[in-house]
Amino acid sequence: MTWVTGRLLCGWAPVQTSTKKTLAKPNVRNIVVVEGVRIPFLLSGTSYKDLMPHDLARAALSSLLIKTNVPKEVVDYIIFGTVIQEVKTSNVAREAALGAGFSDKTPAHTVTMACISANQAMTTGVGLIASGQSDVIVAGGVELMSDVPIRHSRKMRKMMLDLNKAKTLGQRLSLISKFRLNFLTPELPAVAEFSTSETMGHSADRLAASFAVSRLEQDEYALRSHRLAKKAQDEGLLSDVVPFKVPGKETVTKDNGIRPSSLEQMAKLKPAFVKPYGTVTAANSSFLTDGASAMLIMAEDKALAMGYKPKAYLRDFVYVSQDPKDQLLLGPTYATPKVLEKAGLTLKDIDAFEFHEAFSGQILANFKAMDSDWFAQNYMGRKAKVGSPPLEKFNNWGGSLSLGHPFGATGCRLVMAAANRLRKEGGQFGLVAACAAGGQGHAMIVETYPK
Amino acid sequence: MVASRAIGCLRRFANASRTLHHCSGYICRNFSRSSALLARSHINYGIKDDVAVIRINSPNSKVNTLNQELQSEFMEVMNEIWASDQVKSAVLISSKPGCFIAGADINMIAACKTPQEVTRLSQEGQKMFEKLENSPKPIVAAISGSCLGGGLELAISCQYRIATRDKKTVLGVPEVLLGILPGAGGTQRLPQMVGVPAAFDMMLTGRNIRADRAKKMGLVDQLVEPLGPGVKPPEERTIEYLEEIAVTFAKGLADKKISLKRSKGLMDKLTSYAMGIPFVRQQVYKKVEEQVRKQTKGLYPAPLKIIDVVKTGLEEGKDAGYLSESQKFGELAMTKESKALIGLYHGQVLCKKNKFGTPQREVKNIAVLGAGLMGAGIAQVSVDKGLKTILKDATLTGLSRGQQQVFKGLNDKVKKKTLTSFERDFIFNNLTGQLDYQSFEKADMVIEAVFEDINLKHKVLKEVEEVIGMHYFSPVDKMQLLEIITTPKTSKDTTASAVAVGLKQGKVIIVVKDGPGFYTTRCLAPMMSEVIRILQEGIGPKKLDSLTTGFGFPVGAATLVDEVGVDVAKHVAEDLGKAFGERFAGGSLELLKQMVSKGFLGRKSGKGFYVYKEGVKSKDLNSDMDSVLAGLQVSPKPEVSSDEDIQYRLVSRFVNEAALCLQEEILATPAEGDIGAVFGLGFPPCLGGPFRFVDLYGAQKIVDRLRRYEAAYGKQFTPCQLLIDQASAGKKFYQ
Repeated sequence: MTWVTGRLLCGWAPVQTSTKKTLAKPNVRNIVVVEGVRIPFLLSGTSYKDLMPHDLARAALSSLLIKTNVPKEVVDYIIFGTVIQEVKTSNVAREAALGAGFSDKTPAHTVTMACISANQAMTTGVGLIASGQSDVIVAGGVELMSDVPIRHSRKMRKMMLDLNKAKTLGQRLSLISKFRLNFLTPELPAVAEFSTSETMGHSADRLAASFAVSRLEQDEYALRSHRLAKKAQDEGLLSDVVPFKVPGKETVTKDNGIRPSSLEQMAKLKPAFVKPYGTVTAANSSFLTDGASAMLIMAEDKALAMGYKPKAYLRDFVYVSQDPKDQLLLGPTYATPKVLEKAGLTLKDIDAFEFHEAFSGQILANFKAMDSDWFAQNYMGRKAKVGSPPLEKFNNWGGSLSLGHPFGATGCRLVMAAANRLRKEGGQFGLVAACAAGGQGHAMIVETYPK
Repeated sequence: MVASRAIGCLRRFANASRTLHHCSGYICRNFSRSSALLARSHINYGIKDDVAVIRINSPNSKVNTLNQELQSEFMEVMNEIWASDQVKSAVLISSKPGCFIAGADINMIAACKTPQEVTRLSQEGQKMFEKLENSPKPIVAAISGSCLGGGLELAISCQYRIATRDKKTVLGVPEVLLGILPGAGGTQRLPQMVGVPAAFDMMLTGRNIRADRAKKMGLVDQLVEPLGPGVKPPEERTIEYLEEIAVTFAKGLADKKISLKRSKGLMDKLTSYAMGIPFVRQQVYKKVEEQVRKQTKGLYPAPLKIIDVVKTGLEEGKDAGYLSESQKFGELAMTKESKALIGLYHGQVLCKKNKFGTPQREVKNIAVLGAGLMGAGIAQVSVDKGLKTILKDATLTGLSRGQQQVFKGLNDKVKKKTLTSFERDFIFNNLTGQLDYQSFEKADMVIEAVFEDINLKHKVLKEVEEVIGMHYFSPVDKMQLLEIITTPKTSKDTTASAVAVGLKQGKVIIVVKDGPGFYTTRCLAPMMSEVIRILQEGIGPKKLDSLTTGFGFPVGAATLVDEVGVDVAKHVAEDLGKAFGERFAGGSLELLKQMVSKGFLGRKSGKGFYVYKEGVKSKDLNSDMDSVLAGLQVSPKPEVSSDEDIQYRLVSRFVNEAALCLQEEILATPAEGDIGAVFGLGFPPCLGGPFRFVDLYGAQKIVDRLRRYEAAYGKQFTPCQLLIDQASAGKKFYQ
């Protein structure tokens, strides 16, 4: 019945704010974020290191249940993003949901799109609601970099599989006799592009060089991120963080990667990828992170009918993709003007920018690209540049560089940061943007829900 | 739509003329050396902090060439830098993205009349580079693009080298391919820098070394990754970035924050230890010399002199080494071999241009009919260069075999690490295999590599506008030559299109007029006829092979027949024999006929003159051929049967037919004739091709020889009118 009601109510509900017109469109359902949570993002190899990805996802999901009190039967669908898959739980969304107390009648699937996997989870949910298939969606993401699947070599795998099929002792012995010591060399998952074999850090260093971003600029930007994150943490602004009692360990309550240092300290670090003269270092890159996030998304009418006070609307979004070699991390540059155009906004209309910070160099290169008419004309087929976001509105509560970046989970954090900042700082529109491996990118407009 | 026909499957001499692959170490440019001495036209420099940045940018050229003007400007600048108190170090960089310095100006040598003059040139270069080597202010060579010959010699005189890891960045000393040696200190510095064995390898093969390999060898000190677009085009920003990095290193070197000492790997340490022992060195020289003698058969003087010069430097010291280098350089520059090789180089440059202009419509989609060895080969070199290619065959088996051939060709590049597996897949995706004529209407050009049902084809290819012949050589991915055949009906634009496609496929192109055998096959046929006669006269295949390779052919004549395929040889001999009659006679066709009937088709059937076994390299004579040869034996004519006469009987028939092709205007220029013969048929590169050979050997002497053989055998050796005219007028094909 809920479904039918949802459909019937889904008219255009004009909710005007004092300053600008809302982005609500006639005959399109308004979709809202009711609530979003994340367990603290931790440096990999710390408190979560003995857990499995679905443990983290489960923690986020059950916290969401508790925080929202949503009756589990009303959740129509669960979608999670993840990047480095644990092979035992390849549909991690389902494994986590089952354990988190959701109904076993609620289907769940897992999506992957590199660093914008959680964004993909959210927008998949938006699509389900907008098309009338669902009313209530849980979207989220998870990553556990403390443990990654390290495989036997292909030769070893082949031998083991053949051994399985061998029938006689003779066949087995003959297979075993072909064993060589180098079969034991393991295969590690690389944070490298499959198409170019280049690691992301290396590409980021080249990108920074392409846009002539200096080491100092990168260090300064990273320091800013850490300082702002520290401030936000201290002031209790990171309200999406929920405590997580780690089995057998203490309760984790805070992100542990926020470490404001000094420019002098940072200057001492050696380049991590392009040696010996590169500019990308451990201090101006995001670090390997464990974490999970989850979000309750509903059709506005449904949320209101259930008595919720939504936090924000999810509005227009775009996905973009470009050359994975030389423009790997320029997703935000391509996505920003496109999503603004779609929403009928300009950069000036945006009150809160939340961009994923993969590397300082990547953020600053994107700024320069967005501020370049030449780049817009020659590579994006646009008449003019979109402009660079004003720094005072940009990632004011820290970003991936300082808060951490669990690949599959970051997208929800970005949206929640935008929503919470708009509520706190009093703006109407937020712009979320992120780059992703494969040379892809995403941007979404978040509109604050009127108070 | 243009339909082209790939004709002939002459599986060519295996290794022929691959030597000339990349011989752009010397670049020929004519400079107006007028009054431009006041303003610097090749070099400008600016100062960044305390680093002088010297930028090389020769005007009106795609490449920088070390000519006298550039050299003197460079020394002028260096002297200023050395004298300046503000400058503590220097960076040397080119403003041209694809080229650091492509080599020394070949015309400087060509202008010299005596070895002494060339020696003097060499000594000037040596002195200049020695000054750089001893520079009190460190100089960093920032290399992007080709750094060859004199360019590399210059770079290795600097204190530090930084190169972009770009496919276009190659380092090498290709002088040997022009019959000379690195004459500006290269023979002395390279062994110090990369070790004796690697230095020999570089100098004796002339091979191009890519930047990453150069880094491993110790030829460059740092690599810089090419950049993508920023707020400027990628190439421009990459050069800028290279300069920035080079400046940082120059400062570091001047402040002694960066050490010049190179950390060597264990192998390098062992090698240099071993090379410190005189006995080991002697063994290395001996071994290298043996190898060179075996490969060059004494026909190429440059490699032996290179060994000699390196040896002198190592054993008798620097001064003796430099002196020897400059003297041998002078001597080599005057040799016929060098003139022949330089001639070929010029010819090759010529045949890499489209003299028919830019075609009206760029060819982007092609279709190849027939997925055999030839068709698939054509498809491979096409998809490789981004041409969307349909490969069509009549049967699925044939098509699959062809597709696999293309895949294997690309995959071999992955194994050699010149392609990534992703790039391979991307390129392979340009290939569409099919059994029908779907989408043929979209093809800009259809290349026919097999004869199919002509009616069906004509039905499908109604829209065929024009036909042009494209004669590829097998294996297509290895053989550089493409012979394009035009008829009076062929329009200029069609020719331009065919040439453009060929150039895209990486071919060296000659354009000839239509006639039986075109140019290449026609030249080869009389020589082949002579091969049969010589075998009939009782010279065994092994002896014949050694006589031909001893003359400079990369593959022996008997082996060649086996490689081409006896059936193909028979087919060609019959066809051209009918067309040209008496002149193409000599050997008895019966020999080939009997071989075909016995199934001795050459390598492809496992037996020909030799026996071929899978995986076995050395080959034995096919003893079953003894009776065949015995049955067809004729008695030799002692007056024209010395080893040398046998060699000249073969070559003179070839040369005479080539001249006839020029006389009959099948060929447009002697240069194309030389390129076609060397790159398509394996004519000895040291002779420079049939026309260069006549020039260097003397037209009169060739005519005399032909007359002598004519007296013994008749019309097959009658010299053509053009040769007679050249001889009597004392004219040369190349002025």
